[in-house]
Parts: sequence; structure tokens; C-alpha cells
Amino acid sequence: MRSWLQLRRRPVKGRTERGRQRARRWASLVFLIGVLYFVVPLIGTFLHSIRTRPDIFLAYRQVFADSKFLEGLRYSFVVGVITIVVSLAIIVPTAYWVRLKVPRLRPVVEFVTLMPFVIPPVVLVFGLIRIYSAKPLALTSTNFGSDLLLVAAYVVLSFPYMYRAVDVGLASMDVRVLTEAAQSLGAGWSRILLRVIFPNLRTSLLSGAFLTLAIVIGEYTIANFLARTQAFGPYLSLLGRNQPYQPAAVSLISFGLTWLAMGMIAFLGRSSRQRVQVAGAR
Amino acid sequence: MADATTVRDRGAVTAPRSPFGFGWSWLGLVPFFLFSAAFMFLPVSFLVFGSLQDSAGSMTLQNYRDLSRPDIVNAFANSIEISAITAIVGGLFGFLLAYAVILGGLPSFFRTSLMTFSGVASNFAGVPLALAFIFTFGQLGIMTVLLRGIGLDPYQHGFSLYNKVGLEVVYLYFQFPLMVLIIAPAIDGLRRDWREAAENLGASPREYWRRVALPILMPSILGATILLFGNAFGAQATAFQLTGGTIPIVTNVIGAQIRGDVLHNPGLGYAMAMGMVVIMAISISIYTVLQRRSERWLRS
Repeated sequence: MRSWLQLRRRPVKGRTERGRQRARRWASLVFLIGVLYFVVPLIGTFLHSIRTRPDIFLAYRQVFADSKFLEGLRYSFVVGVITIVVSLAIIVPTAYWVRLKVPRLRPVVEFVTLMPFVIPPVVLVFGLIRIYSAKPLALTSTNFGSDLLLVAAYVVLSFPYMYRAVDVGLASMDVRVLTEAAQSLGAGWSRILLRVIFPNLRTSLLSGAFLTLAIVIGEYTIANFLARTQAFGPYLSLLGRNQPYQPAAVSLISFGLTWLAMGMIAFLGRSSRQRVQVAGAR
Repeated sequence: MADATTVRDRGAVTAPRSPFGFGWSWLGLVPFFLFSAAFMFLPVSFLVFGSLQDSAGSMTLQNYRDLSRPDIVNAFANSIEISAITAIVGGLFGFLLAYAVILGGLPSFFRTSLMTFSGVASNFAGVPLALAFIFTFGQLGIMTVLLRGIGLDPYQHGFSLYNKVGLEVVYLYFQFPLMVLIIAPAIDGLRRDWREAAENLGASPREYWRRVALPILMPSILGATILLFGNAFGAQATAFQLTGGTIPIVTNVIGAQIRGDVLHNPGLGYAMAMGMVVIMAISISIYTVLQRRSERWLRS
């Protein structure tokens, strides 16, 4: 029985040198189009930010002098760090436990961590407000309560990325062997987690942490509806509505900072066996 | 000093019998489930109940009937249309971009910089992205002014940043990178032996693609496209900053309803949110199924 390939009676046609050159030229074209599409808006933002006269960097000076910019960055950064800590404290033991002890529940846990993708932030924040604005859990009526809600919402939002990063990291190390080795040396659970698991997950934790930070700093919807106008997202939105040139400066600064952070993850994870996941959404 | 030869049994081997069949170990997952319940399931369930109530608080199905109102249907249609178009275009060009840097014979520096940039750009959505495009292609944007200077005013030729097409162009800024990031491992998984085997049997590059590579990649490509759809469907801040709500999409209409902008019918907002959840859940399930299918090839 002849295969469709054998029915042909042409000479073997593989990739010729000309074919390779043609492929490279075409790939360069695609790459060029991509670069143009990505870079032009950034250049546009930069050019817009230096439209001020006579001092072309006036916008940048105003931004750095504006206390709200620093306050926004500071607040969102602190919220981000707290979110990362809480998220790690919940996700890492859970992922570890699921892998080690209850692998049958793994699909359930995975599904729960994917749910934040399914629930859009605008829906989540309204549900949260609905529940936690009535007694006895009136969190929204106090600033501290609202901050708490914000962190909780961001932790939920970070679940998909954190869990995936940690899961991939755990998959690349033999959890059972490490655990039993530690146990045979007399370690208890907390010591195993803190001294064995966490250090080995360094790269995954870093990538999950940076991603969560990027999400928190850029997030607008939840911060806005929880009346956290001191957060960076609402600050930028307000700026965009009121000021002509400063928003451009701020956008570029935050873009640059994020690229720095991602570059650091890539740099720190370059030698690791663990795949460094940096995908985000929205 | 502890006896190093004794392996302390912490329930890993002889789990005590519990009514759940797999021991008491599941208790270790309680913090996670408790947190998810308090801050995810409970709010969502309130949505379910809220959607079944009218403004007086009594049970009703009217909100779901209201979903067939023309303006609501229009919002859903807009959202689905924008998400589908950006998913397909984003998926196509994102795939071409990923393929170009991975298998296109370009220097490897292009690949690393594209991957890092994609990581940043896929998160660049929302307010900064909308602003960046307004500054560049808006009525007074840099590019617009430039093009006007050489006599090619885009706004005279039918282009506008503030309509659906403009919104789609902006959405693509985070759709392309997301596609690149998701599909890169799958393209990496295309083993060179498969290509060489095909070439040895006489296949031309086009035949290799049509008969070998694309069928293997298809689940990943489709799955990634679905993910892009869900991603665009749930986006809110970008559109709001760009259009101020003039293009009705589901996310913004929900926000307006519950915030009380027009007719203050939160029940309707919740019903719409349920509709959204259903659409997103379907997308995620299809994506998961396709993901497992594609993993078959990557693992071998």
C-alpha cells in the first residue's frame, strides 16, 4: 500500500539554501512589522511627553515632583508586596501538599485557580462589595477594611499565575524524594517548607512575584470601585483625564520599570531548568 | 540527637482511615479553599442571587428576560465581535511572529528580546495602553499630525481610533504578545527529526507544514486563540479609557448598571455578569481540553 508521499516521483525536495534565504527574508519582514507596531505607540508616547515648551522635560519634572505619583507608586507597591506574600503563603503549601499527599484533588485545585480567569474583575469587585458592605462584615466602610479587600482581591487575581509558576517549579524537582530525605533527617513540615521547598522554587517564585506586582501596579478596575484612589491605576486614569502631557511620561516610566522587572526575571532565570513563565492578561 | 535512621511516618504511607477515602491529608488544603470561598465563590454566588432579584428585593427572572433587550444584546454582540476579531487576528499574526523568531533563521537575540517584550506588553493593557495610542493615533496624536503634514490625514480616510476598529487595533497590542508567549513552547516542541524525516520522504516545505507541522500545532493554536478571546472579552479599563463608554461592551455596561449610571438596575448587571461568566467558562473549558490534546505531542 503506497503512501501519498511515495506516489510522487519528484527528486527529494528539502530546504534548499535559497529556500532558507527566502524563509529568513520573510521572517525578517514579519519581525519588522511586529517591531513597528509595538514601537510606534511607545515613540508616540515619548514624543508627546516632550511636547512641552520651552522645557521639553517639564512633564517628567512635574511627575517626579507630584506627591501623588510617588504616593501612588508607593501604595501600589506596598499592596503588591503584601499580595505576593499572602499569595505565596497560600499557594506554595497548597501546591506542595496537593502534589505530595492529595494528587487526586489536583484537577479541583487547578480549576479553582483558573476561576479568576473566568470571573472578570468588574464582576468580582461587585460581588465583594455586595458581601462585605453589610454588617457584620462591613469592610468597605473603613479604609483599612477596603485595603484588606483590595489585597484579598489581588491575591485571588494572582492565583492562576502563582499556581502555575509554583506547579511548574515543583514539577522540575522531585518533591517526594526531597521531602523524605528531609524527614529522614528529622525535619518537621514547617522546616521542610521553609528550608527545602521555598529555596528550590526561587525562580518560579520570582516570576510569579514579578507578574503579580505588574498586575497590581497596573490594575484599575478593582482599585477604582473599592474607592482606592491613591492606588497607581486610578491615579494614572485621573491624570489622563486632567493633564495633557504628564500621563505620557508616567506611562513610559511604568513601562520601563516593568521591562526592567521582566528583564531581571529573565536574567535570574537564565540558568535554571525551570521554565520561566511571564505571560499576563488584560 | 534524633535518630537519623528512623523515617518519621507523617501519614504518607499508612494514612488513617477517614470517611473521605483518601485520609485526612485533604485538611492541608483547607486554608486555600477557605480563602477561595471567602473571596471568590461567595462573591460570585451573591452574583447569582443578585441576578435573580429585582430592585425591590423579591425573586424574579425578569433580569434574565431583560437580557434580550436590544441594547444588552448589542453590548454582547459588540464584545463577542471585538473579542473574536482580535483573537483571530492576534492569533494569526502572533503565531507568524513567534514562528519568525523561532524557526525563521533570525539571530537568537531577536527571540529573547521578543519574549521579554511580550512579557511586558501583554501586561501593558488598560489605561497606559489606551493613552499611548491616543497620544500616537488620536485626533492630535503624533503620527496623525505627521501624516497630516504630508497630506495623508488618516481621519479623513475613514480611520478613527475611537470606533470599534480603533479599539480592536489597540487590543491587539496585548493580544499579539500573549499569543507569542503561549505558542512559543508549542513551536519549540516541533522536533527537528520530524521535519528531517518528512524531507527524507520527499516532502516540500509546504507539504511538511500542511501534513505534519500544522496538524500537530493546531490544538495549541486553537487553544491559544480561545484564550485570546477570553482575554479580550474580559478587558474593561482599556476600552473605558479610550472611548469613555461610547462603544457599549459587556464589561462597561455591567459597570454602568451597577454603578447606577443610567437606570440603576443592579440585578440586570448581575444577570449580565452571569452571562459573561458562562461565556468565559465555556472558553476556558475548550482551552483546557485543547491544551491537554496538544500536550500529547509536546511530551513525546
